[in-house]
Order: sequence, then C-alpha cells, then structure tokens
Amino acid sequence: MNTELIGVAVTYLATLLLAIPLAQLMAACFRDKPEPNSRPAMGFMAPLERLIYRIAGIDPDRPMNWKENLVALLTINALWFVYAFFMLLFQDKLPLNPDGNPAMTPDLAFNTAISFMVNCDLQHYAGETGLTYLTQLGVINFLMFVSAATGIAALMLMVRAFRPERTELSGNFYVYFTRAITRILLPGSLILAFFLTLNGVPASFDGEGQFASIEGDTVHVSRGPAAAVIAIKHLGTNGGGYFGANSAHPLENPTYGTNMVELMAQVLLPIALLLAFGYLINRRRFIWVVFGVMTTGFLLLVIPTLMTEYSGSPALANLGLAQPTGAMEGKEVRFGPLSSAYWSIATTAISTGSVNSMHDSSMPLSGAFQLLGMMTNAFYGGCGVGFLNYFYYLIIAVFIAGLMVGRTPELFGRKVEAREIKIASLVALLSTLLIKGGTALAAWLVVQHPEVVGPLVSVHDASNASHADHYHGFTQMLYEFTSANANNGSGFEGLNDNTLFWNVATGFVLLLGRFIPIIGPLTVAGLLANKKYVPATSGTLPTDTATFGLMTLAVILIITALSFFPVLVLGPLAEYFTPR
Amino acid sequence: MKKHISPALRLTGVMLVLLSVVYPLLVAGFARFTPGGGAGETVIANGKVVGFARIGQSFRDDRYFNTRPSAVGYNAAGSGGSNKGPSNPEYLKQVQARIDTFLVHNPDIRRADIPVELVTASGSGLDPDLSPGAAKIQVARIARVRGISVDRLNTLVDAHTESPLFGLFGPARVNVLKLNVALDAL
Repeated sequence: MNTELIGVAVTYLATLLLAIPLAQLMAACFRDKPEPNSRPAMGFMAPLERLIYRIAGIDPDRPMNWKENLVALLTINALWFVYAFFMLLFQDKLPLNPDGNPAMTPDLAFNTAISFMVNCDLQHYAGETGLTYLTQLGVINFLMFVSAATGIAALMLMVRAFRPERTELSGNFYVYFTRAITRILLPGSLILAFFLTLNGVPASFDGEGQFASIEGDTVHVSRGPAAAVIAIKHLGTNGGGYFGANSAHPLENPTYGTNMVELMAQVLLPIALLLAFGYLINRRRFIWVVFGVMTTGFLLLVIPTLMTEYSGSPALANLGLAQPTGAMEGKEVRFGPLSSAYWSIATTAISTGSVNSMHDSSMPLSGAFQLLGMMTNAFYGGCGVGFLNYFYYLIIAVFIAGLMVGRTPELFGRKVEAREIKIASLVALLSTLLIKGGTALAAWLVVQHPEVVGPLVSVHDASNASHADHYHGFTQMLYEFTSANANNGSGFEGLNDNTLFWNVATGFVLLLGRFIPIIGPLTVAGLLANKKYVPATSGTLPTDTATFGLMTLAVILIITALSFFPVLVLGPLAEYFTPR
Repeated sequence: MKKHISPALRLTGVMLVLLSVVYPLLVAGFARFTPGGGAGETVIANGKVVGFARIGQSFRDDRYFNTRPSAVGYNAAGSGGSNKGPSNPEYLKQVQARIDTFLVHNPDIRRADIPVELVTASGSGLDPDLSPGAAKIQVARIARVRGISVDRLNTLVDAHTESPLFGLFGPARVNVLKLNVALDAL
C-alpha cells in the first residue's frame, strides 16, 4: 500500500490510542478530591502550584459560583489583551530584537493581541519580520499557553454543573487554569519541544543566519527560539506560525516524523479532553456516543479531501501534466498531498489553524471541506471549547427529540426549558450572523469602496479576471470570517488582510466568536445546575444511545447546511463547477 | 470585577516568568546538545558553509539538480507559497511557462512525464526536497552538460534518497542541496 496513506492512517489511529490514557490522566488531574486509595495525578506539581497560588493571592479551596468564575475568566483575559497590545505596539523599542524588526501598527496590534488571546491565531503578519524574539516568547508563546488553559478551565467549570446534587458553587477557575498549565500544557510542551529540537527545529537566541549559496546568492535565514513556540502552538490548538509559512516551513516542521507528531499533538488534547469530560461526569456511554458523532463528522470531511487532493488539479491536467503524485501547488515534497490534505481538515475541524500546505491553493472542493470543518467547529473542536460548541447542538437536539416523542426535554437529569433553548439557539445563530454578515459587508465594500478593503489579490486586474477568479475571491473573504469566528486562524493567504478593515472587522468577530460560545454554554450549564435533579425513569429520553447520536449528527448537519449552503454555493462550489 | 484584578495581575506575572522565561530557556538549553546546537544544521563543502540542511536554495543552472519554483525566491528571511487559487489564469500561464522552460532545458522528456512539483511552488517557498522521480528526470540533462555517465548519476540519486520514515510512512525524498554538493564532489 501507499506509504503516504499508511502515514495518515497511522497518525490518526495513534492519536486515538494516545488520547485514552491521556484522558484518564487528565480526569485524575482535575478531580477536586482524588479518588480514594489513589494519589492525585501529576501530584509532584503541587508544590509549584501552591507557590503560584501564594504569589497570586488565590485561595484554591474556595469554590465560586458560575457567575463569579465567568467574571474571573473575563477579567484576566481583558488584562492579557491590554498587555499584549502594548507589547506589540512598542516591540521595536524593547530588547531581544536582533533582526531589527519594526513595531506593529495599532490596528495590526489590536488584531494580533485579540487573535492570540482567543486561541485563534489569525495572523496578518509574517513571524520573520512582524515580531521580535521578545514578543514571540512574551506575547505569542504566553498567550498560546493561557488561552488554551482558559478553554480547558471553562470545560472543567462545566463539569461541575452536571453533578447530581443541586449546587450553586462550581469549582474555582484559577485552580483549573493553573493545573491545566502545570500538569498538562507545560510538561507536554517541554517533551514536544525537546523532540522538535532533536529533529532540527531551532531554539536559540542568535539572530538571522547567513551563507553564500552554491549558485552565489547571499541568503539570510530567519530563526530564533522557535521550538518552544511550535510545541505549545500544537498542543494548545493555537496554530499561529513562528514563521510566515507556518508548519510548511522546513524549520518549523522539518521531517515527516515531526509532521506526524505535530499532527498528533494538535488532535490529542481535544479528544482527550472530551473523554476526560465523560469520565469526570461519570457518563462514559454518553461520551462515547458524542465521540462517535464527532468521529463520523470528522471522517466525512477527511476522506473526500484526501481523494480530491490525491487526484490532482484538473486545470494542470489540461496543460498536459500527468500528476501521478497529486496536487503539489502550495505543498511540500516531504509531506506529500495526502498528509497535507489530512492536516488541512484536522486543523480546521480542531480549530488549530496551523497549516502545512497553503489552503488557498487547495482544490475548490477541499476548500469547501476546510470551510465546513470550521463552520461546524464541533468535530472534536478546540482545546476545551470543542465540547462547549457541541453542547449547544446537544441542547437543540434534546429539545427537538423531546418534541418529536412528546417528552419533556431533559439533559443529565435536568429539565431543559425555554430559557436554555433560547440561549443555545442564539449562540448557534450568532456564528451564522458573524460569518455571513461579515462576508456580505466585505463583498459589498469590494465592489463599492475597494479602497476600504484593500485590493483582492485574485481579482486585482478585473479586466483579466475570469468568473472562477471572482468565486475564488469570494471564498477568500468567506474563509477569513469563518476562520475568525471559529477561532481557527488559518487563512486563504492570497487575501490582502493586513488592512485597517480586515484587522478591525476580524478583531471584533474573533472576540464574539470566542467569548459568546464560552459564556453561552456556561450560562446554560449554570442554569441547569440550579434546577432540581430528576433521576432517570422509563419516561426519560436517553441521550447515550446510537439513535440519539444520529439525531445530534442530523441536527448538526441540518443547522450547518441551512446556515451555510448558500455561501458555499457562491464560493467554492461555483468555482468547482465553472467549466474550464 | 474589582476583587479579581489583583489575582489576575499577580497570576499573569508569575505565569509570564514560568512560561516566557523558564520554559523557553529550558528548551534552548536542551537544544545546545542537539545537532546544530539549536541554531539550524548547516551543510559544509570545501570548508565553507554553503547552506542550511533543511532550507532549500535556488538551483537554476543546468549543471545542478534544479529545485522547485519558489514564491519567495528562496529568500529564507521570509517564507510563503504563491497562494494562487487552482483556476487562477495568471497562475496557469505561469505553470505553462515553467513547463515550456523545462522542455527547452530537458528536450528528451515528454510533457506528461514532467513531475508536477517541478512546475509548482511549494508552501514554504523553501522546500529543500524533490521526489526521487523529480531528481532522476533531470539526470539526462546533467549527464550531457557535465559529461558524467547516466548510471553514475542515477546511483548518486539513489544514494541520497531518504526512504519513508521507518520504510512505512510518508513519501521518499531527496535533499537537493546535499545531492548537489555530492555532485560537485564527483
């Protein structure tokens, strides 16, 4: 069999196999009280945590209610934004800038600070020239850790809402946040970074390297403390590249081995967190059904993308090329088209947004599947927030299923009523509004006021542009807003996105697309937790069966299709069907 | 809100020390003991650094195995792909021109046999590799220009082919810089 296909299959299966023990470890890390006769997992970190709590003035034993936890979460995030914004704005005057890179403009600093704070990592700059070593480590690397830890902590707060007892108090955000870093993200990133350096990823503070090439060019090579950033970039489903070309860059992802490991690292925590969630709420069957739904959706996106990229570009076939190795524009030889195609779906479904090939040059259908991965945003999903996104599909599925069989909708022994449904529906509709509203605004501006948006690269010479170009230009704008809303961070980089319009517009979409899907589900969970616990009876709609799983999958597919089919038709599908 | 500002500030401070100072220094310290010392492995020929092992460089001369087209001209102070959509007419014209150039320099090759990576730009613009097929298709030209036998060149390519990881995962590839350094040493 083909070694590229084996590589992809083994990467995926190895991720699943690693996720199961990791999920048990994580569940053990986040229990408030360790199970009898067992020591807390990663307990050797406890002294460091006590030191952190002491310095920060946090009482780890004080539980807070869901509102207080939300306020704590939002306050510290706001603080990070202010800190990051000013660091980026003045990075040229601060130390550790051996390459003499300039400061960011205010709109770019605004966009970048938000983008990394919300775990999205949309990048309207290139790392080689847009950042200094100080901001790579002090802003980018820092925000990558804390935004992932925020997502994990949010999920752990949700766990507390699903205990049988009625409870006002639900854990302590600071404790979950700290443990996410000390017990999961930091040890994991260290191991990963060590592995990367062994394979040739740079980790030093020397400035640019320089050499005279064999053909006589003088070449400068950008490098720096990359390995540390790249490790957490994947483990925390962040995705922001150290270099402009992200994980297509040979120093960011030097070999097929690092490619497999980086792929596993980004898919690992979303799956492990999902399973850990099931262990913690003590509903293993339920969580395996959720896992089944997510896996089905994930494979439905992966398989056709693999096939599309492997069969090569029809336009190049028209030029007389045979392409036995598949489509190669924007792809690296050491990865090949299959691993690039798999990565493009993993990174969009999981909300990492790192790339090892340029999505803008993917085939139109692959582009559609990448978009769908971000539009659903719940097939495994981002670090911690994947299940939070799935949760509102779940609430809607419970409601519809309840209506269909004539029973009161219930979830985990709590009645789901009008207020919860309203919140879940609003959150579901919000992403539609942000993506389509944003794209519509940009499309209108491109036609009426092109000077505001900046030129669309693909159609900059309108007299020359074909219909397919216009469809592709539309897809570029659609992709940018979808990526921002899903907190993904990948892009169709042909879009000229470092302009005031794109920096500010996507900045706001990023904020809403991150915090509303955290606030919404946590509010619903908080409301549910305050209700009386009704033990399951024969009249309860079971949520841990294959039937209910199918029902949820149907809800996800229907909501996504109703919301996004029209824009997909205008963009990638129109490009695909345009006769050549 | 107010009572959360002080813990937020102090927690941020201590995390900055842990994550932005201690963690990267640990990684950089470990990297000192890796090949290249964490600053990137270099390739040396005739006592001179001629490049970084992982960074592709431009080879356009007929005497050398040529590398892929690059959207950034193999300038490693930056990186990136063409980001051209698959049906972009400008892009297709560019590919057509590369095919024509290739056929001029390699007259014995049929159009359908041209490996697609030799006429398309990589994602990074710094792709250091070629597939073994894309290297071998250039052997006839180099044999003619340099007056070396085809067999010797094919053996050289084979010797520089890195097989898939553990013989199982991913594509085989040839590092073009190392191959060309060895070619000069023949």
